[in-house]
Amino acid sequence: MKKNTEQLEREFQEKIDNEVKIEPKDWMPDAYRKNLIRQISQHAHSEVIGMQPEGNWITRAPSLRAKKILLAKIQDEGGHGLYLYSAAETLGVSRDTFLQWLHEGKAKYSSIFNYPTLNWADMGAIGWLVDGAAIVNQVSLQKTSYGPYSRAMVRICKEESFHQRQGYEIMTKMARGTKEQKQMAQDALNRFWWPALMMFGPHDSDSAHSSQSLKWKIKRESNDTLRQRFIDKTIPQAELIGLTVPDPDLELQPNGSYKTGEINWDEFWNVVKGNGPCNKQRLAHHKKAHDEGRWVREACLAFAEN
Amino acid sequence: MKTKDNQGPLWEVFTQKKQGQPFRHSGSIHAYDKNLAIEAARDLFTRRNEGTGLWVVKSEHIIDVQPEDAESFFEPANDKIYRHPTFYEIPDGVKNM
Repeated sequence: MKKNTEQLEREFQEKIDNEVKIEPKDWMPDAYRKNLIRQISQHAHSEVIGMQPEGNWITRAPSLRAKKILLAKIQDEGGHGLYLYSAAETLGVSRDTFLQWLHEGKAKYSSIFNYPTLNWADMGAIGWLVDGAAIVNQVSLQKTSYGPYSRAMVRICKEESFHQRQGYEIMTKMARGTKEQKQMAQDALNRFWWPALMMFGPHDSDSAHSSQSLKWKIKRESNDTLRQRFIDKTIPQAELIGLTVPDPDLELQPNGSYKTGEINWDEFWNVVKGNGPCNKQRLAHHKKAHDEGRWVREACLAFAEN
Repeated sequence: MKTKDNQGPLWEVFTQKKQGQPFRHSGSIHAYDKNLAIEAARDLFTRRNEGTGLWVVKSEHIIDVQPEDAESFFEPANDKIYRHPTFYEIPDGVKNM
């Protein structure tokens, strides 16, 4: 006996409410599938595009130790992209279609990677702040309702904690170094602080996908909740190494939580719409790398078919 | 799904954490042939010594139960509670059982 849509929807929501994970071949509402395809592929693209700002410093790392660490971190990001593409593909979209959507500008990636990395201190700021913000988000997503996405998040969280620690180590060394080095670390913090807060997305009141995503448990916590968690974790870390968060309105409240000044949402939307400092460069580089690798894919395919 | 420029067919990866333990599904990868698949699986899933053993198998070779059939497929086990040790009544005070 075939079930009607209403019945299927009710059973689906019951599973979600009872914390039963949804698996690829289970029935799911079309909007749930679409929402996941958008979110997981955006997450995958972010991992892969995120290799570029750091790749910029591999050849100029200040020591062999630093270079090995940076290479390992960037390799992890590529791996995280692969976990996430695989999770997204279980929803019925092929790998090359995801890349096509990225290249056509139909799919987005995190805006944080559209900011340039101007000097070595930025490697510290990215690991500490950008990976730090990503971890807060991803720890929460480990409990997402879609099984393959949840499993990818668990793997990623296990690997990611080294990323933040290596970044904080760079910042600590520079903050405790010469006056010029400390100034560089402070400058990197100044440039990456606000974009890192923007990584959590618009305020809950302005977030287009939030309430449905929370009902379906695709997201487990709201943008503002996650952002506040990151702020409260990070400010004491800055203070410990003598750096100052660039926010004149920052205020420690009686409950131990920090109130920040308002985020510049015009800047946020401007970068989302493609007008950030590096949007064009990031996408052009990805296309170029993909095109230049075509002969390798074709050779592998020819070899495999023989 | 076309495979022409799709980075090869899909493979499922299973890793064994320690010798003696069962192999567990780790995830999936794309690769063009079995040699590239096992190397890609190593690079992706065992970068931190997570494995002493590794299997890859083409996803298309995996047979599974469709979710809508699961209930009737597994139904025969439902009425055979005598397969569980708790089904049996044994005298109080018996030891080592």
